[in-house]
Amino acid sequence: MFLRLLISAAAVERARTLTAVLALTVVAATVSALLNLYVDVQAKLRREFRGYGANLVVLGSNGQTLPEDALERVDATIGGRGVAAPFAYVVARTSDGSPVVVAGTDMERARKLNSWWWVTRWPHGSLQALLGTRAAIVLGADRPFDLSFRGRTLRLSPAGTLQTGAAEDSRIYLSMHDFVAWTSVGLSAIEISASGTPEEIASLAESLAAKLPEAEIRPVRQLVEAETRVLGRTRMTFLAVTGVIILTAALCVLSTLMAAVFDRRKDFALMKALGASEGAVHAVVAAEAALLGAVAALPGYLLGAGIAAWISQASFHAGMQPRLIVLPPVLAGSVLLAVLSAVAPILSLRRIQPAALLKGE
Amino acid sequence: MFIRLVYESFRRQRRRKFLAGAAVAMGMAVTTAMLAVATDIGDKMARELRTYGANLVVYPQEDTLDVEIGGVSLKPVSEGGFLNEADLPKIKGIFWRHNIVGFAPFLPLSASLLADEHSDAVPVQVLGTYFAKSLELGGESFVAGVRSTHPWWKVSGSWPADNAREVLLGKTLAGQLGLTEGTTVTVSGRAARVTGVLSTGGPEDSAVVAPLFLAQEIAQRPGAVRRIYVSALTKPEDAFARRDPASMTPADRDRWYCSPYALSIAYQLRETIPHAEAEQIRQVAQNEGTVLSRIEGLMLLVAVAALLAAGLAVSAAMSSAVLQRRHEVGIMKALGASNAAVASIFYVEAVLIAILGGTVGFGLGSLLGQQIGARIFGSSIEVAPVLLPLVLGLSVTVTLASSASSVWNATRYEPADVLRGTA
Repeated sequence: MFLRLLISAAAVERARTLTAVLALTVVAATVSALLNLYVDVQAKLRREFRGYGANLVVLGSNGQTLPEDALERVDATIGGRGVAAPFAYVVARTSDGSPVVVAGTDMERARKLNSWWWVTRWPHGSLQALLGTRAAIVLGADRPFDLSFRGRTLRLSPAGTLQTGAAEDSRIYLSMHDFVAWTSVGLSAIEISASGTPEEIASLAESLAAKLPEAEIRPVRQLVEAETRVLGRTRMTFLAVTGVIILTAALCVLSTLMAAVFDRRKDFALMKALGASEGAVHAVVAAEAALLGAVAALPGYLLGAGIAAWISQASFHAGMQPRLIVLPPVLAGSVLLAVLSAVAPILSLRRIQPAALLKGE
Repeated sequence: MFIRLVYESFRRQRRRKFLAGAAVAMGMAVTTAMLAVATDIGDKMARELRTYGANLVVYPQEDTLDVEIGGVSLKPVSEGGFLNEADLPKIKGIFWRHNIVGFAPFLPLSASLLADEHSDAVPVQVLGTYFAKSLELGGESFVAGVRSTHPWWKVSGSWPADNAREVLLGKTLAGQLGLTEGTTVTVSGRAARVTGVLSTGGPEDSAVVAPLFLAQEIAQRPGAVRRIYVSALTKPEDAFARRDPASMTPADRDRWYCSPYALSIAYQLRETIPHAEAEQIRQVAQNEGTVLSRIEGLMLLVAVAALLAAGLAVSAAMSSAVLQRRHEVGIMKALGASNAAVASIFYVEAVLIAILGGTVGFGLGSLLGQQIGARIFGSSIEVAPVLLPLVLGLSVTVTLASSASSVWNATRYEPADVLRGTA
């Protein structure tokens, strides 16, 4: 009987039921979109922050160079969770005797790690050098030049220039192979851009320290602290905005459903006149509302996930998977909201006599 | 007659009008708050991004190559060019002076440190800079120093004064020599008190950081500055920003000059400081542009979602308010009113509710926006008064549109059906 009451009520007043379900779906979609975004935006923003480059540096302890297999060990520990690039430095002399810092690195890895490096042309092939802009002015970027280190001279041809606005502009970069063949000097540092939350990065640093006991693992404080602060502010703003939007959407549902229930007060008066108790009437109302809320939750969740994916694509140019963890709160919230907005007007109608209502007062 | 109808409607159905007005007010409050947040979030985030430190660097045109490995400068201080310390206040005289959050001069040199008479002198790097020095330009005073350009530098103890013979010791150096704050050391023959131990996570941990005048004394170069780091609020770079100003038309050049791109601020720094080159520190400047544009884009879209939600809330409230008054519509039509006459009464009521509710909502929304700004960013978000007409316009549009469909529906019913209650 109870079930039949529910279903008939929904079926007979189709238009009103549809309006109520629509309102609930809109709220569910809004909540779902915002929560999906909130869960996702942190991961997306962290990826943007990786553009700042290395947040962990592996250095030889006490200024010594790193062992030869250090890069292999680092790669094995990181897995796919970051980019690592090796760097080795010496001070060499140009043909007129002035000192210049020469660095050996793996060009591909350096390019991936340091996305802000502005390079006119990357070297490929042996004995080609990448000149920092200031070094290029001193040495002349158009013809081959000589560098000498510990009595060994190397002739290099410039491939392109590098501009960063920092110390790299005064350096000359060679491939690691050329560098080692010329200087026989080992690695000074391995710079790592590790992705993930601060806890994941800290545990990665610990694993690296275990794998490389002869090295010092240092976080780049400048990046780590700034990232935490900016992400924190963004998250709080997003949360505040989400809270306000959800409240508004809930109000929208509240007014719609309250009006719908209020319109049906004659039905409830009739039920009371036929002998239903207060509790029974409330139960019917609550159950109807709960049913509507549950029905609206799933399409609302999916619609919201779609909207969130669209926003994510438009903002970050990267898609987004719907997060299943958002579904339970959306379902619970939808049902709760529907029940609350249905029961409130009923409670206010308690004091009215069925007879008065049926007469139309 | 018309006015009396509207007036009586407000006087007799106070509660219903109040509820409708409250819904409009809430919807407009949300709209105002969202517009305020979306328009101001760029500025607020740009300020937060300054935690990454300086995004511009100024160095002497005549300078030779830096010989620097791991932050340690191996170039003797006697070589290369210098900037003049007296030119520093001019930084606050450029067109974009209000975007300059801070700047700090640097003078690195090699010196020797003597802990006490019983130990040997140790070679150290000394870095001369400002900590929080007051400068003045044209009657305005401001503070410059590493405390604003290098916020990740942490001092245990206290920061030295810019005009006293006080220094900071890097954490690693202090640990190696067994020195703490309060001790007096001799740096290349000059006695200085250690006021604190500096921890940066970088090469400064093995250096001595001293006030600029002390480093200039040791280097025997009064007024010399090797580099100036500048922290400025910039606008994300786009294709227009990267164009060469010399090749632009005067109108374009003005527009470029008057936009706070890192490139145009660097250009202005180069203009102001004699014999200087200035450029963006790409690692900081480029990435903050990317991060900023992503966050702004995201907030804009979320604000649009909020506006839609607010619009829906107001529509729902207004249309259900009208729907509840079907009887009135029936009576009016039975008495001979035309559809247009009935509709116009409802529209006028809707506009009045929209204006009143919109104004109250604007006030509430401004308050809400201020609270969000104050709690999250520590500075309130200002709501421009020019938003009021915009919000009122939105309010009126949404209320009219939502009442319209309900009114039109209500007028289509037969008066007899509505009065009997079978509609």
